[in-house]
Parts: sequence; structure tokens; C-alpha cells
Amino acid sequence: MEALDGNAIGGLLNEVFGEEMTTAHGACGNCGARRQVGELAVYLRAPGTVVRCPSCGSVLMTFVQVHEVWSVDMRGLAELEL
Amino acid sequence: MLDVPDWAGHRAGQHLDVRLTAEDGYRAERSYSIGSPPGEPVAITVERLDDGEVSPYLTEELRAGDALELRGPIGGYFVWGPEDGGPLLLVAGGSGVVPLMAMLRHRRAARSDVPARLLYSSRTLEDVIYRAELDRLGAEVVHTLTREQPPGWTGYTRRVDAEMLREVAWPASEDPRVFVCGPTPFVETVAGTLVQLGYPPQMVKTERFGATGGR
Repeated sequence: MEALDGNAIGGLLNEVFGEEMTTAHGACGNCGARRQVGELAVYLRAPGTVVRCPSCGSVLMTFVQVHEVWSVDMRGLAELEL
Repeated sequence: MLDVPDWAGHRAGQHLDVRLTAEDGYRAERSYSIGSPPGEPVAITVERLDDGEVSPYLTEELRAGDALELRGPIGGYFVWGPEDGGPLLLVAGGSGVVPLMAMLRHRRAARSDVPARLLYSSRTLEDVIYRAELDRLGAEVVHTLTREQPPGWTGYTRRVDAEMLREVAWPASEDPRVFVCGPTPFVETVAGTLVQLGYPPQMVKTERFGATGGR
């Protein structure tokens, strides 16, 4: 499946975090690579939305919406800095 | 053109999300880049995809005066304004030209003297979006037509490659602002090639459009 990038989920992130997130910096919990969220690899058509590290491929974040509730898993991130 | 109540204003390169809800509650949401410059009414350019869920509605059924559910403006990573300086190197594949057009229109409206170059890859001349306006923007526009060329075409006739980028792009030493937008394989090829040519990866800002579903 073809990856998009963090720009594609700017709206989703805005809804979840309440602010512009594509310029935030995230650090991969696996390889330590630091990237702006706009640069992260995003898969929209997985079950839910999956965000991976473009350097090592580790899953950084997942977002699943059930009815009106977002379930967010960010365990793959070592750091997320606005 | 969209008339959005309470629109906060947008920056060149941002997008918005359009959400459609069917009578049975099924929802589909797609992102569309804003092609108009800051300070002007919001305009999006929609490419119709035959198997799309949203674009056939937007291009065929939507009428002037209809209401749409929107979210935006969205994005802060893939944006440019004259205050960001240049030179400005824009590389577009297909409808990836839309957010780059907002940057070029913004540059022109602001009477910015930042040098700007657009390398724009299309399949045929008919596929070139904003064809006439591109010639009037005061920027250097370099086309490549990858599938079919009109008689007498003297421009490029192949996919963007290292040789083409070497000819068109400013050297990295001039510290250009670089924005690449298009389908994922296009963006990966262009960004990877620019890095091979000596551009630091963080200098090359990218936005990937999906092969299906709007952008």
C-alpha cells in the first residue's frame, strides 16, 4: 500500500489535538529519528489510520474512530514536541 | 469557489477536508488543496476519479448554492509565504500543482521579487491545469509532457529525472525553498533525486497525494 505523509492527516490531528500538528516534531521510539509530523509516513486505508517512521518503519501512532470517539495509540513515539 | 462563513483565512499550500454524509449516515472525507492565494475566496480544484466516492459528487452533482461540510484551513508544514524567502523551487506532478499554484499566486499578489521556478510534469498538454494563467505569473515555468506532446513541442518529454532536475533546480548552495507535490511515487523519486544532487533532506518539503480519493 502506498504511503501518504503527515500532511494528509492534518485535519484529523487538528481534531484530536486541537491544534496545528504538521509542524510538530516527533521522535521515533525505535530508531530515534526526529521528524516533523508532516514528513511521517501515513497509511489511511489500514484499519484505522497508521503513522509510521519513514526511517525505520516502526508504527508511531494509530488513530481509530468508533462512532464519535477517537482511540489514539502513541506508544511508538518517544517524544512529540509542539 | 467556496463561500465559507467565518473562514479564518488561509496560507498558501494549505488544504481543507470535505466531508460528505449519505442519507444512511455513511461518511466519506477527502482533502483538497486550496488553489487560491491568501486573502482571496477559497477555491479548490477537484480532479474527478471515476471510482471515487467524493470527487464524482463534487464535479457532477454539486451545484452553485449547495452547502458542504468543510474542515480547515489545515497544515503548517507545506506552506510558503514571501517572508520565507527563496529562491522558490516548486515541483508538481499532475494535480499536485494546486497548492504550488497558491504559492505562485500569493507571490504575485504580494509583488514578491523572490525568484520562482515551477517544474510541472503532466501526461499531455490537455492535462495541464491552469495552463493559460501559468504563463502570466511572472515565474519560470518548465513543463514536461510524459505521454503525448503536441506537434512542435520543444519542452521535456520524459518523467522528471536527475538530469532534468540538475538543469532546472537551483544549486543547493543557493538555499532554495523546495516544495514537491504529486502522487506518492512521483514525490519519492523527485525528493530522492534532489537529495542525491546534494539537497539536505530537510530542505525538501513534500506532500503526497493518494492515487485514489481526492489528493
